Formats: sequence, structure tokens, C-alpha cells
Amino acid sequence: MAMAAVRREGRRLAPLISPQSITAVRPSVISQEQAPLGLRSISTQIVRNRMKSVKNIQKITKAMKMVAASKLRAIQVRAENSRGLWQPFTALLGDTPSVDVKKNVIVTISSDKGLCGGINSTSVKISKALKKLTAGPDKETKYVVLGEKAKAQLIRDSKKDIELSITELQKNPLNYTQVSVLADDILKNVEYDALRIVFNKFQSVVSFLPTVATVLSPEAVEKEAESGGKLGELDSYEIEGGETKSEVLQNLGEFQFSCVLFNAVLENACSEQGARMSAMDSSSRNAGDMLDRLTLTYNRTRQASITTELIEIISGASALEG
Amino acid sequence: MFRQASGLLARSFLSSSRSWVRPFSTDLPAAPTADSSFAEAWKKVVPNIEPPKTPIAFVNPRPPTPSSIPSKLTVNFVLPYASELSTKEVDMVIIPATTGQMGVLPGHVATIAELKPGVLSVHEGNEVTKYFISSGFAFIHANSYADVVAIEAVPIDQIDPSLVQKGLAEFTQKLSSASTDLEKAEAQIGVYVHSALNSALTG
Repeated sequence: MAMAAVRREGRRLAPLISPQSITAVRPSVISQEQAPLGLRSISTQIVRNRMKSVKNIQKITKAMKMVAASKLRAIQVRAENSRGLWQPFTALLGDTPSVDVKKNVIVTISSDKGLCGGINSTSVKISKALKKLTAGPDKETKYVVLGEKAKAQLIRDSKKDIELSITELQKNPLNYTQVSVLADDILKNVEYDALRIVFNKFQSVVSFLPTVATVLSPEAVEKEAESGGKLGELDSYEIEGGETKSEVLQNLGEFQFSCVLFNAVLENACSEQGARMSAMDSSSRNAGDMLDRLTLTYNRTRQASITTELIEIISGASALEG
Repeated sequence: MFRQASGLLARSFLSSSRSWVRPFSTDLPAAPTADSSFAEAWKKVVPNIEPPKTPIAFVNPRPPTPSSIPSKLTVNFVLPYASELSTKEVDMVIIPATTGQMGVLPGHVATIAELKPGVLSVHEGNEVTKYFISSGFAFIHANSYADVVAIEAVPIDQIDPSLVQKGLAEFTQKLSSASTDLEKAEAQIGVYVHSALNSALTG
């Protein structure tokens, strides 16, 4: 309003006022609601640009959600089929997460790509808590990290504890051969008494349960079997094949690790796609809300400037009459 | 607002999931015999984070050892990409252990057997299903449950004999021309598996 008055005066005072002072005042008025004549197109332009970019974001996140949904469908079938793989081992050897050993190795499974909600942070949180749990005098705990995201988070404070880090796991579709080669690598390079695999188990599209699977080394198995408890019945089993019992137990331990790792990697991949789906879904809904609000602002701005223009015209006309 | 409501629903579902696990097609409800000492030790060290689940919460419970020998053997035959047979009741299975073909009947003594490439045959009444398996492990439990875990398995009728002969000839030739230990070992494995395939087709 003030600017309009100045400009009306300006028509009478044009030779006195230099053009620079007028342009200097313009930018400060852009943010105000009542943009006067000539500035209307600039402020609505800004809102229009924001609306365009938010609409693009909405489209992109919706597309990402569709992609994640289709990938989830494909990998969910394979994860469900692989669920039977680790059950025989748990039936034979039981599950001993509270085992007390000297060398613990925590295998953290995470994704390489981001935008998948909080599952990677959850895995890292659980891994760090496990490290605290298994810490003690004369004990050491190391990490083996699968996936970029966990590596980035763990390298910040536990850089010296990371033995091995593997990335780009999902470049080719996951299959057992690849995972068994990986398991072989880990077993060869890392000394361990107990391996704890931390991953997100896929329960449904909205629920992922952080899980810890424990695999013991053959020596730890022998020790636990002797001390009784869950593995006490292991001695009652006859051993067929191989020269010695320890050789068969060693093969068994390695086989168990690769089977459990295979299932864990598949379940984590499923959880990743599911989490990405829900993250992208909430993001596109957010973008839709933002778009609605921006549309309202845009319309209000546009109508205000039209009203201002009308007022000017009418007051100018009435000034001429009376 | 709708989004917040669905978020609340999801959170309440997650918090109550400990007592009520939504049944998923391949999982049974969480058994309450989960390792409680682990959960307690966890809570002492890390009180604010919920303890993670352990595999014992997701296993299908198995019956204890019966006093008399049951009439049927329950077989679980699993592969990395499928469960071929799950809790199937059969009369007998013959597994290719490294010490030779081993027949397993109900009431067999508890055994851990390492398997070599060979034929697994499942006898149910009058019908016999034969699979050729790559190596693996077989666990026979005292309650007449048998778990066979193998990496690859094909029904015998899906094996092409001409390809087997070709593979056998190829690997025998590679074995004779192998120079390094690694090549020799690989060629030996190839010859072994192909001759096992051969005898599976003929025998």
C-alpha cells in the first residue's frame, strides 16, 4: 500500500526520484502478502516454483515406493523359502545367545542404499549394545560389517574394532554360492569363539524385528556340550562320516554359519525393501500435504494482489471523479 | 492425522508383539521358552533398548522323544531356496553318507551324518522318490525326526544322461591336464560328482 502511494506520487515527482531508490525498495516487499502492482508475478512465481518441485518430489517418492514394492514381492518369496534352512541347526544345537566366550565377533548386516527408514540404525544400536553386553575382562569383541550404512555409522567410534567390511552385496541377485564364499572369507580371516549375526527379521511389511543368531565355533560347542545344558545331548549323537568327531563338528559349524548367514541376508534385504516402501509412502503423503498448503498460499497471494490492483484502480477512478 | 493414527497403530502393534505375534504363514507363534537369561542380562546392561529376538523364538516346536518307537519317520528336507519336504511322514529314507548309503528307519539312533554327492531316496508305502543331492548334512534325532540339509537337489528323472557323460569326459580330461593343485582339486571334484551322477542314473 505504501509502495502504491509512493508510485502515485512518483508520477508527479518522477524527475526528482532516482530509479535506484525504487528498485532498492522492491526486494524487501517480496516476502509480504500484499504485493503491489508489478511485484505480483514475482512472489507467486516463487510459490509456483516451490509447488513444482514438491510435486516432482511426490512423483519420485511414489515411483520409489512402487519399485520397492515390486522388489519386495520378488525377494519375500525367496526369504520365506530359506526359512527352513536354519531350523535343523537350531533343533540340533539349540540357541545359546547368553554363551560366555572369550572372542566374540558381531556380524552386522545392513543395506548399501539409504532412504529405508530406521532399520540400519536399529541394527547398529543392537550391535553396540551387544558389544557392551559381551565386554568384560579378558574378552574381546570385533565387528564384521556387511553393507555401507552400518560401516559409515560404526567407523565413527569403533574404527579399530572392525575386522572386515563388505559392501555391494546386492549387486547381483543374492544366491547361496555368493553367501557361502563370503562366509568362507569371514571364517578364514577372523578368529572367533562365537559369531553373533545381527539382522532385521522380516515379519510383515510394517514390522521388522531385530534378531541375533548365535553360531559357536567347534571348540565352544565341545565346551558347552561338556558343561551340560542345552548342548548336553550332543554327545548322545553318533557321528557318521569324516575321520574324527572334531572334523565333522568343524564342517558342521561352517555349514551352519553359511546357512544362517544366507537366511539373515535375505531377511534383511526384505526388511530393507519393506522399510523403504513405508518411508517413501509417508514421504509422498507429506509432499501431498505440503502441496495442499502451498496451493492455498498461492491462491491467497494471487487473490490479494488482484484485490490490491482493483483497489488502486477504484480509488484512482474515485479520485478523478471527486 | 490419518497418518498419525496409522503410526500409532503400528507402534501399539509393535509393543504388543511380544505377547501376541501376528501369525505369519511360515512362522509359528513365539514360544514362551525363549532364552530368558539372555533377555535379563540384556536388560541389566542396556535398559532402554528392547532385547533382540533370537532364533529360538521362531522355531517350530518339536515333540519330545517318545517312549515307544513310532511307526513313521518325519522327514524335513531343506535346500537354500526351498523346503522340499517339511514334516513329511515316511517309512524310510536312504541317505548318501560319506561312509556309504545309510538307511534310516523310525527309532534310529540319534546321528549326525555328513553327506557326499549321491542319491537320497524317500520310501513312502510303495512309492519311492529319488533325488540326487550335492553334499550336506543329515541329523537324525531321537524322536524319529530326520533333517536333511543339502545345497542342491534334483529329482533323478530330471537329469540328462548325455550331459552327464559329456561332463564326466570333460572333467577327466581336465584332471589329466591339470597343472596346479587348485585345478587338480577342482577337476577331481568334478569327476567325483559326475561319476556319482552316472551311478545314480544306472544304479
